[in-house]
Amino acid sequence: MSEPGRTAIELTVNGETRRGEVEPRMTLADFLREELRLTGTHVGCEDGFCGACTVHLDGSSVRSCLLYAVQAAGREVHTVESLAGPDGELHPLQEAFRRNHGLQCGFCTPGMLMSALELAQSRERDGAAEPPDEAEIRTAIAGNICRCTGYQGIVDAIAEALRD
Amino acid sequence: MKSAPFTYHAPTAVEEAAALLAAHGERARVLAGGQSLVPLMHRRIERPEHLVDLNRIVGLDRLEADAEGLRIGATVRQRQVEGDAAVAARWPLLVEAIAEVAHPAIRNRGTVVGSLCNADPSAELPSAALALGGTIVAAGPDGERQIPLARFFAGPGETALARSELALELRLPAPAPRTGSAWLELARRGGDLPVAGVAAVVGLDSGGRCERVRLACANAAPVPLDCGREAEALLGAAVDEEGAAAVGSAVAAAADPVDDYQGSAAERRRVLAVLVRRALLRAAARAEGRS
Repeated sequence: MSEPGRTAIELTVNGETRRGEVEPRMTLADFLREELRLTGTHVGCEDGFCGACTVHLDGSSVRSCLLYAVQAAGREVHTVESLAGPDGELHPLQEAFRRNHGLQCGFCTPGMLMSALELAQSRERDGAAEPPDEAEIRTAIAGNICRCTGYQGIVDAIAEALRD
Repeated sequence: MKSAPFTYHAPTAVEEAAALLAAHGERARVLAGGQSLVPLMHRRIERPEHLVDLNRIVGLDRLEADAEGLRIGATVRQRQVEGDAAVAARWPLLVEAIAEVAHPAIRNRGTVVGSLCNADPSAELPSAALALGGTIVAAGPDGERQIPLARFFAGPGETALARSELALELRLPAPAPRTGSAWLELARRGGDLPVAGVAAVVGLDSGGRCERVRLACANAAPVPLDCGREAEALLGAAVDEEGAAAVGSAVAAAADPVDDYQGSAAERRRVLAVLVRRALLRAAARAEGRS
């Protein structure tokens, strides 16, 4: 049991063990941003609609605004910061977003990338032979809202990254 | 938007969770996937003093199909059911309906049983599970009991569960041979709650005549609308365009839909008539092995 006061949690974030003291009502998104200073995860609507806060929990994409940090105790979390290499080298998905104008203001980008990453990983797990078609890509990012690009650049970027 | 303060409980056994609910009653809420509850908590429409998280209870995440039927534990994610080969082969209606629920990241967390307990009459899964003849297994202070979905839904957000009770699993009976099903809905955008939705299950005899039929509609009434009585007119004959359209008209007349920004009650009745006709014809075609 955790009283409304602060409670200790330990979880794995981007491969590292991280500890914190949180109120049970603190969302995972706020824990990542405010306690761990991993501000790549963006908080848009805090209501599950926009998808900007998408991270991976035990390998599946989730809304980090709809999960309390205490629920992630003992679990494995990956954020957008896990994509680039240690020297800052962009992940192929990030590189494709850059090349295809897959971002403009950048607010939705972390969520878009984490949704696209799940598509890439699930296809790899299933041993998919053909690259995904546009409909499959659009379904994968249907829960992520972008107000700048009109989506076409994002779809092109994911298609390119998963083709190569 | 932040939730009001609450005490968090993460029981590891059903008995422990049931004792917490018995102790805290109205002041407690159960957390499974949280994809409906947590937004309501952020908006402070829900302000439980105690949150009982089921996710660390061993065994509630079991998804099991056998000769008797399907058992879906309280913490089984919608995405897991959607991707299960046995479910796709024997309860394809469930896969069709889940595919229309929100988006992948929501289905990765959201649970099937949680959607039923949330009892949103416009949601896909309550109507789909009702058409499949589902039963909820609940645990409470007096032990376990089974509640058929036909008696489970009491109103928007209201179920037959007492506040001291906990839904453990959904059971679906094994489908009979020569059974076909279909989920059809109209939504403004993919992933939105439907303006109206229809679940149809049709069983045929060896002569191609309708032997069994179940029909349930989403967003047609304050509860998932069981239209078994309207569909009975199909029994004993082949399911044809005329018969299916007549059931559609009967359902439209029996429905008590809301007027809201997604559509007027009159529009919903028209949509229901069309969806019912199409869903029955598609289910019958699938029962015959043509789809």
